[in-house]
Amino acid sequence: MTAAAPSVGVPVPPRPGRMLRVARSLRYYLPAVVVFVSVIAVWELVTRALQVRAFILPPPSAIGAALVENWGAGRWPLFDAARMTLMEAVGGLLIGTAAGIVVAFAVGRWMTARDAVLPFAVAANAIPIIAIAPIFNAWFGITNPMSKMMVAALLVFFPVMINVTRGLTQVEPSALELMRSYAASEWTVLRKVRVPNALPYFLTALKVATTLSLIGAIVGEYFGGSSNVIGRVVVQSASSLRFDVTWAAILLGAIAGIVFYLAIVVLERALIPWHASVRGEEHA
Amino acid sequence: MTDSAPPASVVRVRGLDKQFTAGAGAVTALSGIDLTIAAGEFVSLIGPSGCGKSTLLRLIGDLTPPTSGSVEVNGKPAHQARLGREYGMVFQAPVLFEWRTVEDNVKLPLELLGMDRSERDARAREMLGLVELGDFARHHPYQLSGGMQQRVAIARALALQPDILLMDEPFGALDEMTRERMNSEVLRIWRQTGTTVVFVTHSIPEAVFLSTRVVVMSARPGRITRVVDVPLPQPRNDETREDPRYFRVVTEVREALRAGGGLGEEAPLASEERVAAEGGIG
Amino acid sequence: MPPSPPAERGWLQRGLVFVVFLALLLLVWEGLKFIGGDPWRTETWTWDPPLKIWFASDLLLPHVWDIFGALANPVQRGTDQSLAGFLVGAAFYTWREAAIGFVVGAVIGIGLAALFVHSRLLERALVPYVIASQTIPIVALAPMIVFAFGQEVISVVIIATYLTFFPVTIAMIRGLRSPDPRAIELMRSYAASRWSVFWKLRMPASLPYLFTALKISATASIVGAIVGEGPGGIPDGLGRAIINFNSQYVSGPEKLWAAILACAVVGIAFFLIVRAAELLALRGRGMRPEIA
Repeated sequence: MTAAAPSVGVPVPPRPGRMLRVARSLRYYLPAVVVFVSVIAVWELVTRALQVRAFILPPPSAIGAALVENWGAGRWPLFDAARMTLMEAVGGLLIGTAAGIVVAFAVGRWMTARDAVLPFAVAANAIPIIAIAPIFNAWFGITNPMSKMMVAALLVFFPVMINVTRGLTQVEPSALELMRSYAASEWTVLRKVRVPNALPYFLTALKVATTLSLIGAIVGEYFGGSSNVIGRVVVQSASSLRFDVTWAAILLGAIAGIVFYLAIVVLERALIPWHASVRGEEHA
Repeated sequence: MTDSAPPASVVRVRGLDKQFTAGAGAVTALSGIDLTIAAGEFVSLIGPSGCGKSTLLRLIGDLTPPTSGSVEVNGKPAHQARLGREYGMVFQAPVLFEWRTVEDNVKLPLELLGMDRSERDARAREMLGLVELGDFARHHPYQLSGGMQQRVAIARALALQPDILLMDEPFGALDEMTRERMNSEVLRIWRQTGTTVVFVTHSIPEAVFLSTRVVVMSARPGRITRVVDVPLPQPRNDETREDPRYFRVVTEVREALRAGGGLGEEAPLASEERVAAEGGIG
Repeated sequence: MPPSPPAERGWLQRGLVFVVFLALLLLVWEGLKFIGGDPWRTETWTWDPPLKIWFASDLLLPHVWDIFGALANPVQRGTDQSLAGFLVGAAFYTWREAAIGFVVGAVIGIGLAALFVHSRLLERALVPYVIASQTIPIVALAPMIVFAFGQEVISVVIIATYLTFFPVTIAMIRGLRSPDPRAIELMRSYAASRWSVFWKLRMPASLPYLFTALKISATASIVGAIVGEGPGGIPDGLGRAIINFNSQYVSGPEKLWAAILACAVVGIAFFLIVRAAELLALRGRGMRPEIA
């Protein structure tokens, strides 16, 4: 659990003042902000100067305008589209996560099941699962959001299942010996050691899963479905050569992904403040 | 600890053999071990890598079953003693749960015992006071140094007020100065609690300084070659380390180790020790 | 303590367990059809399943043997190319696109990571975007790129490159930073140049991280290729095959299933190639826990 780290030393040093910290993090992120602003500026200038293929890569201002213009009205009401896609993604995330956890507990409990299932799960992870999207369209109905949810759920299932299984089983042997010396039951070991140990693994999987659920939903939509969803807006607006709308839709998908991810980071800080990944001792 | 008078011997090991299956064949880790430890003793097990001293400790703690022979603790089989929660165990790594605060780590065995909350709080406070970490109760393990983490592990082991404390190279990962301070600390706790201690170590000075008896073991197969009494007066302190009698006993243990082939060439790690070592560091 | 369970069982045994699991899966598949599918007919015998499970019909879940049987049939009426032949060709086409992008992406990723490790400023300026880009559904861009670069192989290569270099960059930043600081001090004590520290210490130390990322990227690049080909409209590949067979689903559902099977085979094959390279590159390093 706790790696012997004598260098960590005694209590945490007193935190610097709030203002100082804000100033420091501002300075730390300054290069990133500079890059962001200059990329946007160069993009804007270049696309305005060379109008050759500007229809494919519209300037940021045009994308922003398209986003505002199509927010709630027009042929592609983007807000509704994003809401629908997000709903599919969240539904898929919930279904896939629940199934992944249930199977992980079963698999973690029985050694032979683990031997059989883990290689299979790793192989399944190497399959481009989204190829099954058309089948789910046929099964659940092409306009039924359930068909996209199930694609998302299937994508989410494997990383959650694999990671939670690892978290439940890869417990430090001496922690198990300690519990054994207390004559603790298997059930107690599960509650007091395995489940807390699996939490960081689970949250790591969730971070991957949020992105995967959005990919599952959007790619599921590429293969057909009701028109007012992000995936359909992307394909249809592009074939109508309205690339400003296309980019606006992609931008919304990206924002949804980042917000989704940040939500998990917040959850992580609340649930496992003691873990190295939250304390910032790990890079990237 | 118990109302009735404690039995004369806390640990009684008779004709103990332990074999591990390794690949096709079996490796004999321990052979023909007889050992009796009286109540209130402080006994160190010392020997080269692969002599099975950690295995012997785990057999006493019923963490691994013997191939043949018997281990009795407090007059009953070790298995029953474990189910009766009569052990305190300290490993080389602190094995603190990083998701629990220091005091919650100490409370872990008390929760398993089903002790009620107020009693738990009081006992945890008492134990943290004993290892002089009362101010750090609300900290998380990662905020403590290695030596402090190991003191938390000792507090946790003592929380059940065990009849016997098993320590498996608890200070092996600490620097020499911290180790000496921890040694004095353990002696103080031992005097205060009167518990019986079985202590595995690589270090001859540590074994002699702490123990009332030093059990010298040799490898291939692991067996007890000599038991050295340590007639140094209690309480021991920094002056003990400069006492000529102390040096005499250190020399005696060193010669016993050499006679058993324990000094000089390093024995290759037996598989079970490697597993134990990896488990300890992981 | 009990000896730990053998970390790696024989290939044979693991393969066997896998085959048993696969057989079990097929059993469940056909079992579902047996209790809830359409009637089973042979010339002399008919079985009418007692229940109705909606997705177990012959249209929504064809018999396994029908799928494999369809492989031998012509891909379209009036042509003599078999479905199997067509899918093998499409699979190689897709794999080639993905593999080119995979290699280019890996090289870019390693190069970027090497830059970031040596320049804190570049790292602070660019890495937040590399990380943020991991949280957005990049595959969503695939059709866009095909529109931008035309319905050419180059488009799919770009998508696969894109999907590969992000995971590789992030893993390599960690990997190149993974050596023990004492090992770097050791190299300093030999007055080793940055260049030799990189090649003799950082690079070998980062290999396990690299392969972890490459295994993820192998699948991702195939996914990118399929998504780029399909909705993007590139013929010849598996992505287009899925779109085409999807539109013909009612007349021949087995063809779509066979195409999906081909996708699975390509994905697993690519994964295994990377895994084999990993075993070769890391041989003699002993068992390592997965870094993920």
